[in-house]
Amino acid sequence: MFNTSSLTSFVFGRLTWEAIPLHEPILVGTFAVVALGGVALLAAVTYFRLWGYLWREWFTTVDHKRIGIMYMILGIVMLLRGFSDAIMMRLQQAMAFNGSEGYLNAHHYDQIFTAHGVIMIFFVAMPLVTGLMNYIVPLQIGARDVSFPFLNNFSFWMTTAGAIILMMSLFVGEFARTGWLAYPPLSGAEHSPGVGMDYYIWSLQVAGVGTTLSGINLIVTIVKMRCPGMTMMKMPVFTWTSLCTNVLIVATFPILTATLVLLTLDRYVGTNFFTSDLGGNPMMYVNLIWIWGHPEVYILVLPAFGIYSEIAATFSGKRLFGYTSMVYATVCITILSYLVWLHHFFTMGSGASVNSFFGITTMIISIPTGAKIFNWLFTMYRGRIRFELPMMWTVAFMLVFVIGGMTGVLLAVPPADFVLHNSLFLVAHFHNTIIGGVVYGLFAGMAYWFPKAFGFRLDPFWGKVSFWGWVLGFFFAFMPLYVLGLMGVTRRLRVFDDPSLQIWFIIAGFGAFLILIGIVAFIIQIAVSILRRDQLRDTTGDPWDGRTLEWATSSPPPDYNFAFTPVVHDNDAWWDMKKRGYTRPLEGFRPIHMPANTGTGVVIAGLSVVMSVGLIWYMWWLALLAFIAMIAVAIAHTFNYHRDFHIPADEVMRAEDARTKLLAGSA
Amino acid sequence: MTAATHAATAGEPPVFYLKDEHAHPEGASTMLGFWIYLMSDCLMFAVLFAIYGVLGGSYAAGPAPKDLFDLDLVALNTAMLLLSSITYGFAMLAMVKDNVRATLAWLAVTGLFGLAFLGIELYEFAHLIHIGATPQRSAFLSSFFTLVGTHGLHVTFGIVWLVTLMVQVGRFGLIAANRRRLMCLSMFWHFLDVIWIGVFTFVYLLGVLR
Repeated sequence: MFNTSSLTSFVFGRLTWEAIPLHEPILVGTFAVVALGGVALLAAVTYFRLWGYLWREWFTTVDHKRIGIMYMILGIVMLLRGFSDAIMMRLQQAMAFNGSEGYLNAHHYDQIFTAHGVIMIFFVAMPLVTGLMNYIVPLQIGARDVSFPFLNNFSFWMTTAGAIILMMSLFVGEFARTGWLAYPPLSGAEHSPGVGMDYYIWSLQVAGVGTTLSGINLIVTIVKMRCPGMTMMKMPVFTWTSLCTNVLIVATFPILTATLVLLTLDRYVGTNFFTSDLGGNPMMYVNLIWIWGHPEVYILVLPAFGIYSEIAATFSGKRLFGYTSMVYATVCITILSYLVWLHHFFTMGSGASVNSFFGITTMIISIPTGAKIFNWLFTMYRGRIRFELPMMWTVAFMLVFVIGGMTGVLLAVPPADFVLHNSLFLVAHFHNTIIGGVVYGLFAGMAYWFPKAFGFRLDPFWGKVSFWGWVLGFFFAFMPLYVLGLMGVTRRLRVFDDPSLQIWFIIAGFGAFLILIGIVAFIIQIAVSILRRDQLRDTTGDPWDGRTLEWATSSPPPDYNFAFTPVVHDNDAWWDMKKRGYTRPLEGFRPIHMPANTGTGVVIAGLSVVMSVGLIWYMWWLALLAFIAMIAVAIAHTFNYHRDFHIPADEVMRAEDARTKLLAGSA
Repeated sequence: MTAATHAATAGEPPVFYLKDEHAHPEGASTMLGFWIYLMSDCLMFAVLFAIYGVLGGSYAAGPAPKDLFDLDLVALNTAMLLLSSITYGFAMLAMVKDNVRATLAWLAVTGLFGLAFLGIELYEFAHLIHIGATPQRSAFLSSFFTLVGTHGLHVTFGIVWLVTLMVQVGRFGLIAANRRRLMCLSMFWHFLDVIWIGVFTFVYLLGVLR
């Protein structure tokens, strides 16, 4: 029947021993470290008998707070990987002058810049943003969980599954060498025949399912589960920006999914959507991917804007200036973000009128964004400002982001863009907005809400070290790229001829080193805070004198968030409650209806990893089996009709009594 | 100031929490969630329609719609799908009347119409591939097979879901959870009908005209 070689290729597809990159000492070393660390971690979990605890309390949880924390952990772990790629690129570019090839070969370097972009957007920024929304939004609207708690767990695990698939490419096979958006025809079967592109596709598809579903979940949660009295125009600004972000997610991620499906068909089936012959049109891909891609940057930055709004109001001790204009600005940005995609490729040659339209819509976006900046400034004006860590990030954001916004308007001018297209000026611009806008916002949000999630503050000293590392590091790392871009240096280059450019790359490398200090200090900050948790403890549940509902409950909040559903009369609901003599109810508790945990999400996401491995390596039997198993598990899950339970009233009573004691102790 | 503040100044103490909360009916948000899911699915079809709009004329010196489409067959196919929507409607009416047997019967009829639709579509595809009009032949055929095939794939999943629901209704009766699920599948099924009307018009009718 079969001879051995055809049997092997049936079982293993195109997976052979050559796929293990033993010839790359950097990867072997990384693998050794990761493997040792992983084994140590697994051993520790086993030794301390934590598997059962992790499975019951975390992996299978449907509690939006725990899922939020798991998203944050995923994002921070992936930040380490994404940043390693960044600093490797900086080192390579600083070295590769005067005939030196640097230390990375082209095959490896191209994977690194692709992986850096993909990881930072999909597996750092997205999980961190989604994690914060997951944690905070239900608390801010006075709800006990999201609308679809199981779906929430499933979404998280699909995102994680995507990250796992991507990480596998580091040690088995290769990753894409196409840049983070994988334009065809380069990403087509002819020019990228290896598994790298397939890792890219399946990693994003699996994670994309999670993102879309969590978008639907959070929209419904915000629309349907607000507590009594919270009309749309009384929602906290972070909830508003989350709503807009999730609308954008649902309105754009299906486009990404469909576009990648078409690319997949081109690669696997041999269709001609984006090929250069038989009628295919690669520019279709570029258009479609940016119809997703441009809103994506607003998906990331809008929640950050919401975070700054909460922080500016809280730490200025004032109501947010211009709440209504803030909401309308957010909605305007949401809509406009859909009308600007073509500015990413003015050089396509679509003609003066099309380019003008997209240039103008792009510039118009700066108006609502500018309105927001003024709103924050006026919130601070005559406020009693406390320069705690979250507020420092907010001020740094305003300074840095405005520069990024202005270079963005510059790039929106089509003739200028023809000169600067694909240059390091562009790279500097979007890092300026994403680091200065999104990353600073996420750090601000983490510092702000950490005491809510864990009951103790983050250590301020290491936080400030991290802050200065990031802020100074940003300027050192990216201002030189503006200069280089204006001199005409294009992005993604591995070696350089002109020795006069080297000094700028060395400065940029120094900046990356400062950012490294920022990241290390952040990790130290978390460790130190855990060690010093008793000194940093907050027993009030409201360490910053907050204004919105999440501060009304204990830190960390009980499973049920609120013993009684709050009733809201004002934008700053908790501030209003404090002002008008709210007293915490101490009796009359009732049983609380809660969703039950389930392991189905973990199982389906795990099977999706198996299916992806099958598809990437052409092990068709494996892909088919895993797919059938996924459907079977999903159907079996629908036969479980008992998905909820009640927390008994006396258990609620015990939790609330414990809090009463804590509050009495702190008063 | 807000209305609540007025109430407070009028001497009434402000209410800050609900003492006496009614239990929320389970699945109260499912319909909205499912609607939003359908709209996200609609966007995927929008991309496929847009692709067909751009690439639908790129025959690459291969066959054009006029050479390939058999409108009689497509009319029959369309009739199958539209009839399945009507019979699904009958199933829902039976559900409202708490008639389990009639619900199941109409669901079965719906499933059979769905299968007939799929059978005709597969026959059409097989025929096209047989005469050399494969998805690889030209960008037009790539986008045609993908748009129509994606719809067909949806119908396939709809049938799997329908069978699952028939088992569940048969075993557990028309309980609230099953009614909600039937409602969701109903929306899904009619949604696929709407998409098909787009496919029928935009791909087949206009294709033969051009």
